[in-house]
Amino acid sequence: MSMNNQGRPTTPEETAATASSTFTGNKALQIEEALSFEIGDVERTGVDLPEPNGAPDRLGGLNRNGIGLPGLTEPETMRHFVRLSQKNYAIDMGPFPLGSCTMKHNPRLNEKVARMPGFGDLHPLAPESAAQGALEVIDRLAYWLTELTGMPAVAMSPKAGAHGELCGMVAIKSALEARGDVDKRTRVLAPESAHGTNPATAVQCGFKVDSIPADDTGRVDLAAMKEKLGDDVAGIMVTNPNTCGLFERDIREIADAVHEAGGYFYCDGANFNAIAGKVKPGDLGVDAMHINLHKTFSTPHGGGGPGAGPTVLSEALAPFAPVPFVVREGDKYKLIETRRAAKAEDGEAAQSFGRLTAFHGQMGMFTRALSYMMSHGVDGVKQAAEDAVLNANYVLTRLKAEMSPAFDGYCMHEALFDDSFLKDTGVETIDFAKAMIDEGYHPMTMYFPLVVHGAMLIEPTESESKRELDLFCDALLSLAKRAKSGDEVDAFKAAPVYAPRRRLDETAAARKPVLRWTPAS
Amino acid sequence: MRYLPLNSNDRAAMLKTIGAGSVDELFSDVPANALNADFKLPNHLGEMNVERELGALSAKNRAAGDGPFFIGCGAYKHHIPATVDHIIQRSEFLTAYTPYQPEIAQGTLQYLFEFQTQVAALTGMEVANASMYDGSTGAAEAALMARRVTKRKKVITSGGLHPHYGAVVRTNVELLDDSYVAAPVDIEATEDIASMIDDETACVIVQTPDVFGNVRDLEPIAKAAQEKGALLVAVVTEAISFGALKSPGEMGADIVVAEGQSIGVPLGYGGPYVGLFATRQKYMRQMPGRLCGETTDAEGKRGFVLTLSTREQHIRRDKATSNICTNSGLCTLAFTVHMTLLGEAGLRKLATLNHEAACRTADGLAAIDGVEVLNKSFFNEFTVRLPKNADGVVNALAGKGILAGVPGGRLWTDVPEADNLLIVAATECTTEKNIEALASRLKEALS
Repeated sequence: MSMNNQGRPTTPEETAATASSTFTGNKALQIEEALSFEIGDVERTGVDLPEPNGAPDRLGGLNRNGIGLPGLTEPETMRHFVRLSQKNYAIDMGPFPLGSCTMKHNPRLNEKVARMPGFGDLHPLAPESAAQGALEVIDRLAYWLTELTGMPAVAMSPKAGAHGELCGMVAIKSALEARGDVDKRTRVLAPESAHGTNPATAVQCGFKVDSIPADDTGRVDLAAMKEKLGDDVAGIMVTNPNTCGLFERDIREIADAVHEAGGYFYCDGANFNAIAGKVKPGDLGVDAMHINLHKTFSTPHGGGGPGAGPTVLSEALAPFAPVPFVVREGDKYKLIETRRAAKAEDGEAAQSFGRLTAFHGQMGMFTRALSYMMSHGVDGVKQAAEDAVLNANYVLTRLKAEMSPAFDGYCMHEALFDDSFLKDTGVETIDFAKAMIDEGYHPMTMYFPLVVHGAMLIEPTESESKRELDLFCDALLSLAKRAKSGDEVDAFKAAPVYAPRRRLDETAAARKPVLRWTPAS
Repeated sequence: MRYLPLNSNDRAAMLKTIGAGSVDELFSDVPANALNADFKLPNHLGEMNVERELGALSAKNRAAGDGPFFIGCGAYKHHIPATVDHIIQRSEFLTAYTPYQPEIAQGTLQYLFEFQTQVAALTGMEVANASMYDGSTGAAEAALMARRVTKRKKVITSGGLHPHYGAVVRTNVELLDDSYVAAPVDIEATEDIASMIDDETACVIVQTPDVFGNVRDLEPIAKAAQEKGALLVAVVTEAISFGALKSPGEMGADIVVAEGQSIGVPLGYGGPYVGLFATRQKYMRQMPGRLCGETTDAEGKRGFVLTLSTREQHIRRDKATSNICTNSGLCTLAFTVHMTLLGEAGLRKLATLNHEAACRTADGLAAIDGVEVLNKSFFNEFTVRLPKNADGVVNALAGKGILAGVPGGRLWTDVPEADNLLIVAATECTTEKNIEALASRLKEALS
């Protein structure tokens, strides 16, 4: 069997092919759908446009040749995409307990707000006088973020979590440069349990990554970490709560030790939703932290984006924040768009590292997140964090009966299990996860974090009711019992059988990649 | 709180099952004096109040649809068919995650496959990824990819590149070394960028139509790059131009990055947008970002999966091609739906309408004393030189309800000759009345 380097199988087990019993291949509400290009043709279109006047063009003689893209009429387009939509699982359909991904309810009010014409139809280079309301949204959201984190400044423009990491790490590099330390400090420490983005980001900034082991409670091994500190360390990247769903108890000691060694503390805020409204990361010694608006503040995940990753910065890093940023002057808002303007605004202390993206960041996510925050209020944000942690611990407690928690004690917003309860059953983590699909659930995060064998990371979020959690736990307990019974291995290996597709061959996809449709010649 | 299903009975019962005395006991790993901090923030509000308050802020802005509108420079006002917004708001698309479980994510995966096909065809390239955050970050990723492919460092940007794109490339390259080289601002597309390419050059980044609207012939630059073993990265900020202009692929580009906002995505004050990223087959494994590929399931049926993920951070960690973890999901869907509605026939017609609107606007402005249209060629955007500082003119016209374009001084703060430039865009949304209003108010402002 082919495995990826996380040890996860990438080819399905051989199964006896069961031919579709219908002529069309459809199964009632599950309708097979071809590619749009196989349905349409290049003459077909779903828009009615006026006829051009046929005046001579001024394209400089560089006119387009054939494109080869079929189109569809409007009814065909609608049916095509609605049929596709019905092949997706979504949080609006049921629990989506992907650990570390925070699939919580997406309030539709936020969609409505983002589409208000003054936000949705506003050009990023509109004159300041035409965008005062938008600048006020950015300023208000910035206030919420700095107040919730207890940090003095925030860079709003990062486009996603990983982009926010980049922002924070560039700020750290700039601060080292300003104090003449950048050539010496080339090493960044990151725990083994870190998201892959952490080491990738550090390398993108020109740093080398040094991995810190976890201790046997699933947290940063403080002694091992201290041993790795030195005057060549630029900083440390720690996720807190961490990817095992645990709060780093020694967080202040970690921060102090790094600061003492002359480095900075980057906190990966991917799991901020567990502590928002309860704890200010600024009280824990953090120098920079990105906030995934699409996790903690529920802007929709949209099948993989767009995200948004505003990054809060400490006093030490704030002068290096990227442009653009918003400043308030009396009752007017101003947009500072260049490094030169930043200097003029904040004086010589300001040493903005420059620009991360063409415009001001994910404004469409800012309006949604602000709407979420105002709706929840600080009381609701706190209650949401408490409910998320309560729900995760409830799941942890109930599933303990048949499954094996990776660590002892309470968890934060997500519960981590290893695969020891499946030992010698012939059923692996991936089989267990795929069997959940047939029960109507999206699987949990599997094979991450890497520090746990066959990891299963369950994050229920605050959006699940007790009734929904009880059914979910009952279903998983029943699956665990069936797996342990030993006589249903084949059924697990064949799962899912009720999904729009059976297991897909990832090895074949990677061996001979087909990344686009090509017309039959 | 309307979003939280648990009530106090539930919470008490669950704590009992857990065996904890209180919720705060679950937070016992948090240093005690950091728990339950004070916040100077308001409590929750009902839906009506939030809508009212944010509606008031929205009303303070001047939307592109509020009157005559000519701003472009990397983001364009186009009509979006109602179907697009309906589809992207369907729960199954809006509230799904990254398609890590392909058996229950074929909807997302199939549209990504269609998106990749559309982007490859539009750009004239062989393969495309499942999108980047936006055009500018795509340009930076292209520079880094060119460095990996050529194992060289120097990155040269054309003087016609959008300065914000240049700034993003610079931020990313300067993190690694001092090999970023920017050609001087090139208002009338007269630079000889090919002569700057040498044996140490990883890539040259050229935009067409450039930020001033000039249509650039990439072929000689591609040839020069190829001779020196460097790559040509083509940047396109107006995706509708793919319907009228020779594709960068056909002109020999090695990587094409584009801002896809014009197709299906609203202006939204700068984001979220959708970066298009395409290249040649031979560089496929050096591409950043997500890729969707075709395969079969255990019953032999066609299906789609995320593929070549051994390039990516979650597998490769510090050896990944990029730290990118998401694509631009829903904006990618909006692009795909709009592009499906357009098809080749619709896109070509739309592009022609854009060009004609810009030609009429240029003629209207050229007739004003003291206004000089600088472009020899353009698509839907061009640059005029005014007899005075364009910033003041833009603000004066904004006061009269006309958003006239982008004043040069806003994009180049250290290029004095840019101060009198006004960059003007027109699209299918631009009416004859809009053009007349712009011309007459501009005449007034200059007199």
